[in-house]
Amino acid sequence: MIEGILQYEFLQNAFFTGMIIGIVAPLIGVFIVVRRLSLIADALSHVTLAGIAFSLFLEKKFMPTSGLNPMYMGMAFSVAGSLFIEKLRSVYKHYQELAIPIILSSGIGIGVIFISLADGFNTDLFSYLFGSVSAVSRLDLWTILAISIIVIVLIVLLYKELFLLSFDEEHAKASGIATKSIHFIFIVMVALVIAGSMRIVGILLVSSLMTLPVAASIRIAKGFKQTILYSVLFGEASVLGGLILSYYMDLAPGGTIVMLAVVILAGTILFKKLSMRSY
Amino acid sequence: MKETKKPIIEIDHITYRYEKENVLEDIHLTVHEGDFVGIVGPNGSGKSTLMKLILGLLKIQKGSIRLFGEEAGKFKKWHKIGFVSQKANSFNTGFPATVYEVVASGLTKKLGLFKFMKKEHQEKVLQAIDSVGLLSFRNRNIGELSGGQQQRVFIARAIVSDPKLLILDEPTVGVDAQNVQSFYDMLNDLNKKWGITLLLVTHDIGTISDKVTHVACLNKHLHFHGVTSEFEQLKMNEMSEFYGHDIHILQHNHDHVHHGGAVQ
Repeated sequence: MIEGILQYEFLQNAFFTGMIIGIVAPLIGVFIVVRRLSLIADALSHVTLAGIAFSLFLEKKFMPTSGLNPMYMGMAFSVAGSLFIEKLRSVYKHYQELAIPIILSSGIGIGVIFISLADGFNTDLFSYLFGSVSAVSRLDLWTILAISIIVIVLIVLLYKELFLLSFDEEHAKASGIATKSIHFIFIVMVALVIAGSMRIVGILLVSSLMTLPVAASIRIAKGFKQTILYSVLFGEASVLGGLILSYYMDLAPGGTIVMLAVVILAGTILFKKLSMRSY
Repeated sequence: MKETKKPIIEIDHITYRYEKENVLEDIHLTVHEGDFVGIVGPNGSGKSTLMKLILGLLKIQKGSIRLFGEEAGKFKKWHKIGFVSQKANSFNTGFPATVYEVVASGLTKKLGLFKFMKKEHQEKVLQAIDSVGLLSFRNRNIGELSGGQQQRVFIARAIVSDPKLLILDEPTVGVDAQNVQSFYDMLNDLNKKWGITLLLVTHDIGTISDKVTHVACLNKHLHFHGVTSEFEQLKMNEMSEFYGHDIHILQHNHDHVHHGGAVQ
């Protein structure tokens, strides 16, 4: 595989993109999971699909040679979707989780309409749904790198505030933290990371990269920083392991990555059980 | 109450309504530096609403609140005020954070945006954990602690930023009975040794009456406020009988006539 990476640009793109999202998706995933917002990642990934379908439709019908990168439209939709979720959460104060199915089904609805308008499925769309190694371009790599640097810097700078907001929102408000602004920045970061990560693992599996490593980490970590550390390690191991396995065994990379994350999760649950018994 | 002490909270003519019903009516209350004030009231008496108004979590509809001499709406020095709520309300016991991390989060506002903890802050955190008697638990996940210990963690989080005033909203809900007494002993220490002004809201006057310096009773109106000494004595006897303790009644120097039947 190393020869392959040295030789082929598309493998380099996929490999480096994978390394980056293996860090950034679980990193932001920790905050998503502890705030019990796991399903938001799912809703936003389906909104991203709508954006990609819209972009493919535009390209097909109006500007066939423009070379518009569908990821950008996916990001725009994802960010817009995150803002709608926030709006809906304040409309349905007592049924905040309702925002998620509303946005999720709207995302699929719009997506399906644009897919049919663009004359149905093609390999391009397929690669967005399930992820693809060969489809990652150099431009995708740079975009994802830029997003990830921004997200990591923001999380480091706002770590205290994000921690307090996640742990105890009421207390954060009472101590005069600008919770609304922090939450807004957070949800936009989530939307961007989702749109970036879907290139490798695909829209249908992107949320798993944000939640499975965290679910594994929470079982065994002591404290929040350790939870972040383990989540990133597990995420990175799943992505790199999955890419290598899928390369040699000729499997779908997205599915292999996610199944590796599931194996790690099962391993930590088992480990925790055994170590509890030995007390 | 000595007149020379600085007023920390001044609540004046506060009325608050949810939809059509008044929850609080014409509340007056002044808390001075060094006081340990207990506000007692049954469920639904507006205790939590009053807390939220003081903390700026609800907008003031009518009347005014001054904190450390400043209008509450313009008040910015929130690090001077520590807040401990009912644990059950706002806390996910499965949260993967150590005692140290939770207490350190109490410095968030004081440090300010984009600032990181320095050595002195880390020492401060350890000191706060020590003062609630949990130093040996500092690296445990908070979910592994008992209800009483968790509530101590929240006290430590509240005092780590050196607040002058600590507001506690039903802090002993979910704390087992045998630990409640030692919890209040710790509060007493904070008040006496650290000189922190305490405002404690509870429905459980039995355990606090020998600790607090003043008691006010809330049930939409704040009772025993601005009362004549005769009325005060009468009410005090009633209260004492009811609760089986000697109780000091909150006194104020306003000239209002209040609900509760007192005419001056």
